[in-house]
Amino acid sequence: MNTYPNTEAKPKEVTGKSKIMGILNSRKVVPYIFVAPFLISFLVLTLYPAIQGIIMSFQSILPGQVNFIGLENYSRVFNPAFYDAFWNTTIYVVITVIVLTIIPMLLAVALNSKIIYFKAFFRASLFIPALTSTIVGGMIFRLMFSGQETSMANQFIGILGLDPVNWRFNAWSAMFLMTILAAWRWIGVNILYFLAALQTVPEELYEAADIDGASKYQKFIHITVPQLKPIIIFVSTITIINGFRMFEESFVFWEDGSPNHIGLTMVRYIYQEGIQQNDLGFGAALGVILMMIIFIISIIYLILTGSFKKEDA
Amino acid sequence: MAKNTRKKGLIILANISIILVALIALFPIISLIFSSFIPSSLLMRNGITFSVSMDQISLGNYEFIFTQAAEYWTWYGNSMLISALTIVLSLFFSSMVGYALALYDFKGRNFFFLLVLLILMIPFEILMLPLFQLMINTQLVNTYLAVILPLIVAPIAVFFFRQYALGLPKELMDAARIDGATEYGIFFRIMLPLMGPSLAAMAILLGLMSWNNFLWPLLVLRSNDMFTLPIGLAALLTPYGNNYDILIAGSVMTIIPIVILFLFFQRYFVSGVTMGSVKG
Repeated sequence: MNTYPNTEAKPKEVTGKSKIMGILNSRKVVPYIFVAPFLISFLVLTLYPAIQGIIMSFQSILPGQVNFIGLENYSRVFNPAFYDAFWNTTIYVVITVIVLTIIPMLLAVALNSKIIYFKAFFRASLFIPALTSTIVGGMIFRLMFSGQETSMANQFIGILGLDPVNWRFNAWSAMFLMTILAAWRWIGVNILYFLAALQTVPEELYEAADIDGASKYQKFIHITVPQLKPIIIFVSTITIINGFRMFEESFVFWEDGSPNHIGLTMVRYIYQEGIQQNDLGFGAALGVILMMIIFIISIIYLILTGSFKKEDA
Repeated sequence: MAKNTRKKGLIILANISIILVALIALFPIISLIFSSFIPSSLLMRNGITFSVSMDQISLGNYEFIFTQAAEYWTWYGNSMLISALTIVLSLFFSSMVGYALALYDFKGRNFFFLLVLLILMIPFEILMLPLFQLMINTQLVNTYLAVILPLIVAPIAVFFFRQYALGLPKELMDAARIDGATEYGIFFRIMLPLMGPSLAAMAILLGLMSWNNFLWPLLVLRSNDMFTLPIGLAALLTPYGNNYDILIAGSVMTIIPIVILFLFFQRYFVSGVTMGSVKG
């Protein structure tokens, strides 16, 4: 509390002391003292690393030996492993956006109808996966989808007459594992967003549609979906950004790196190059590229939601 | 009449399918709990499987984890300590900042709030390498402090507290000033208690974030005795699988306390986690 720079002399004197107390307690100074921890944390933990990250991306960093190498890191970025990482991440983002927007929306609409009785149980059950860490959740899925014929997943597809799959070692099933893990953990949370939004849809719209003789399907397409548009954009944008940040879903299935990069993602690639290969400069360059990708997507989001227009009004 | 029975049938069908979806969502956790009573050698050989016979069931994994797995309990202690410190420190600082941004008029207030939003938009993964280098240079690698630092003034919590404090009655502050309370007294004795529900929601969010945190602790925690639960458990995921007893029983004991807390404080979990998914 007493970190406020004290320019008043002689704090021992009673009058001086109360003067300092007066300054420390004045409504001009107090808010800055309250905000100070944030400012320090912003400078040290965000601004400094952001600038340092850009500087590092132009450096070759070895213990005790740092050299500026210009654009060399960036010229190495566009290599086959990067394309694999970018491609995997993009597919992962597309699948998770579709799955984590459409399924929660449909389930929320179903749950919101008056004929459903076990709402609290349903909400709680779908929410519980969000409480598990990706590591624990992934470990369960890894054992359920293990390659042996005896694993649950293979027994299940065996009933359907399909051959056992070595889930962690095919490109398609690798993507399936990562997306199903993410879907399992996040569907319940996204349902809550849609449920909250559904409460704001005016009942009169449905009543008017009933008078016009609209079917349930027509009401969903022409009333519910347009009314939910803001929350659809919100949920899908979070999913896109979290998709580009994805790391743990990859790590938990292939702790030592995946065969033929089938589980390699952007952040995994940063980790692999920056930490495991100890090439901090190259890793930083990859970080800058990832930042630019996410930045462009955020801008598109702001345009789609009309945030720029609002500020003019 | 026929229409009525058809409608009844539809209602029953809809309710059954909803229950089915709920059970599918719970299924992995139920399988985990069941499998924790299966000997680890069988798990290693078969994975999690439908073909279980009753005579395979044993408490072996739990016996092992309570008697021979000292390292697991070290990780548990580390996770508890780190989560507790994160919750206490971050609630203190974040609520203070959010409160000031909401209820004081001062120069730069909008600028500070803009900074909060800006940090929310920058993914942590972008900053992690320079931050890691900073931890090396300041010799903080492999300390609890390094794990906690990025969460101490959590922007998501600041944002949440600001929104919440905006709805608090400002007149209370003026009344307290007339009674001679200091600005700090007003915050800690009058306004902070009014922020109770938001403190509970953020305590849960911060607790979950640090309990489940993975990538940053993976970078800065270097020795087994400093690992948190997710890092330690992930280290057991080797192809050789000689640690499945700790892995499976340990996973159960990582989840169960959280699920129990959730059943008691559902409302706060819901507002905390829906807020938190904005920031992963």
